[in-house]
Amino acid sequence: MSAAAPARYPVPWKLLLPALMLFIAVVLIPLAMTIMLSFHKWGQYTGIEPVFILENWREIWSDSYFHEMFLRTFRIAVAATLLTAICGAPEAYILNRMRAPWKGIFLLIILGPLLISVVARTLGWALLFGGQNGIANKALMSIGLIDTPIPFMFTETGVIIALAHVMMPFMVLSVWAALQRVDPQIENAAMSLGAGPLTIIRRIILPQIMPGILSGGIIVFSLCASAFATPAIIGGRRLKVAATLAYDEFLNTLNWPLGAAVAVLLLMAIVLIVVSSNALIERRYAEAFR
Amino acid sequence: MSKNGPVALIFHTLFVIFMLAPIVVVCLVAFTPEGFLSLPVNGFSLRWFRAIASYPEFINAFWVSLWLGAASSLIALFFAIPAALAIARYQFPGRDALSALFLSPLMIPHVVLGIAFLRFFTQAGIGGTFTALIIAHVILVFPFALRLTLAAATGMNRSVEMAAISLGAGSWTLFRRVTLPLILPGVVSGWALAFIQSFDEVTMTIFLAAPGTETLPVRMFLYVQDNIDPLVTSVSACVIAITMAALILLDRIYGLDRVLAGHSDRSR
Repeated sequence: MSAAAPARYPVPWKLLLPALMLFIAVVLIPLAMTIMLSFHKWGQYTGIEPVFILENWREIWSDSYFHEMFLRTFRIAVAATLLTAICGAPEAYILNRMRAPWKGIFLLIILGPLLISVVARTLGWALLFGGQNGIANKALMSIGLIDTPIPFMFTETGVIIALAHVMMPFMVLSVWAALQRVDPQIENAAMSLGAGPLTIIRRIILPQIMPGILSGGIIVFSLCASAFATPAIIGGRRLKVAATLAYDEFLNTLNWPLGAAVAVLLLMAIVLIVVSSNALIERRYAEAFR
Repeated sequence: MSKNGPVALIFHTLFVIFMLAPIVVVCLVAFTPEGFLSLPVNGFSLRWFRAIASYPEFINAFWVSLWLGAASSLIALFFAIPAALAIARYQFPGRDALSALFLSPLMIPHVVLGIAFLRFFTQAGIGGTFTALIIAHVILVFPFALRLTLAAATGMNRSVEMAAISLGAGSWTLFRRVTLPLILPGVVSGWALAFIQSFDEVTMTIFLAAPGTETLPVRMFLYVQDNIDPLVTSVSACVIAITMAALILLDRIYGLDRVLAGHSDRSR
């Protein structure tokens, strides 16, 4: 029925054109301009000169400062992604086994923070572990569990934990979606054949939710690699990642061409990683997606 | 189905504490009677909420955020509804590429979008204006508006439309009197989700906002960069309260898991 559209319905071009024009004008053209910008020349006194040079790209390619920064960005993103997978996947499984009212309530509690401002959520971590005045630090010190404040602010560990907290709902959601496709009868069958709970999780559940973990991992990774507010607040000025570096080049140093090159490289790296891992997963789990 | 064991429940408890602790602590500190960051151990006080009133930057930023979210989500729907109907109902070459393009603002890092818009709007001579912010946010929230409208349009029963056509309804009447009312829950939820996304966005907006057009999250971020005091926690608590209200509303009218996952589940 849906294939044969009624004759009096307008042709799709009329419906599509407004959105398409909007996207060409305000997404594709600005992106092309940014790529162009990364090849322009910049001087302290001359500003941006619209010439075609490779200087910005050569600087990123040869300066170890940029290598270290990009390495740190991806190290943090990988660690935060692993953390969300290790905590988020079991939690989704536990959630799925809960009974009716609790299931909905806890799903709301865990997914809800997704829509709360990242600044507010990161602020919470700064309040808990912000040096001497951190509330968790003060409480732990007063009961004598620790002598000095836990080093959290301005450390990579702190950024990783705060990022994992911010991105956790995406992982839970993704694994949750995969669990909805799992037939509970398979689990019962394994149990009736004498499999223990660990065997069931390892041999029955894990293989079936793996696509969910992996696709959740891709989303979390790409968001972590380009995260800005959390690394800026927890990491401070010393612990630079790609997004905060690009921000500084644009709004403090005013070297827009170099900032644009950093941003374009970040975009290319993320797109490359996401597309290739998506392709790998789809080939590996073609069965599960059918 | 078997129940969760004690280990699972302990894990679950720790997990929920981990997820909620930072949010709860922000809300609690907002009620402190002290002049510094501390939990309200000596009674609750609203002094830091009253203090917001004497910071016009925050009040201003709140109104900017509110209008920006409302306007950009509404404008995004004007573009997204026709596009969603076209994608839901027609098979045409390039359909997949087109929906990938329309969903691309989800894929492109917000820092890259921010930089691209900053360059574009500066060249166009409207850098730092409210108009520029609206255009940027229309793009930002478009995928959310599109996805929920698309889910509603895909799940719609078209025999009512056929009946309307057979009774002689013109295409505009058909859309206004039949199609739109049928997809309205999806459209309203799309607007609400788009509004929340716009209201909370900081990374892209920080590149575009100038003094006077700073949104609330941008103002909060810039404030936190300088110093963290109870004032910013009370502002955060207000933002959390607004988001929670919108969230509960969204859950009531459409179901939160469906909104976030973005697929249409008609059994619900």
